[in-house]
Amino acid sequence: MDIYDILFWGLSVMAVGCALGIILSRNPVNSVLFLILTFFAISGHYILMNAQFLAIVNIIVYAGAIMVLFLFVIMLMNLNADVEPQKGQLVQLAGVISGGVLFLVVLAAIKSARPEVIDKTSTDIGLISNLGKVLFTKYVLPFEISSVLFLSAMIGAIVIGKKEHVHEVTKAE
Amino acid sequence: MPVNSTHYLFLSLLLFSIGVMGTLMRRNAIIIFMCIELMLNAVNLLLVTFSKVYADADAQLFVFFIMVVAAAEVAVGLAIIVMMYRKVHSVDINILNRLKH
Repeated sequence: MDIYDILFWGLSVMAVGCALGIILSRNPVNSVLFLILTFFAISGHYILMNAQFLAIVNIIVYAGAIMVLFLFVIMLMNLNADVEPQKGQLVQLAGVISGGVLFLVVLAAIKSARPEVIDKTSTDIGLISNLGKVLFTKYVLPFEISSVLFLSAMIGAIVIGKKEHVHEVTKAE
Repeated sequence: MPVNSTHYLFLSLLLFSIGVMGTLMRRNAIIIFMCIELMLNAVNLLLVTFSKVYADADAQLFVFFIMVVAAAEVAVGLAIIVMMYRKVHSVDINILNRLKH
């Protein structure tokens, strides 16, 4: 049991516990905070596996940008009350059973997988220079296409979120 | 027993299953959306694991592209949720069954 194993088990317990906190807490703001903690635990796993740059990007993009967007929307709609209607007990039980059955089926499938040894010495795969070289040589076309995807998502969000004044004006005329 | 790739497989499978359970259990559209983010992160963890096992940087690049898609998805999805809240003053998914009638 070396330091790697201790860190692995600690981070795993934190990730799973906080993930359970997301789906069990009644207050949406608490769910967002639990999800941020889960992202931090996953970032810890990335650092353990020598993906340092991905760990930082995970914290900045997910915990920093996406979750703040979620918090903004929740507070904008004033949803931070504990009055959310719950699904019936039967439906909740059915949800847990279907999730558990999925877990068991995939567990049975991967139980016989050959365990690969994780090399605990540090490598420079996850460093930014190495990732940048691969990104801008082998994956340069997907990179450009993802920029178009971002642009269309931005325009889509603006178009969806815009208030519909135009029709009312034409109706009044 | 030292940590090997099977441990990481089990961990990401557990996180993915928790995400599926949350999606099926809750009625709040925002929480369902957050559970989808959790499932995406479970897949990211698995990709980074195999990038480490096989000493290959391609898997980490795929994690980048998943993050890009997730960010675009969140922007559009939250805009749809805000729009829905403006129309019906609720984020409860059970009242969104008008196509049924």
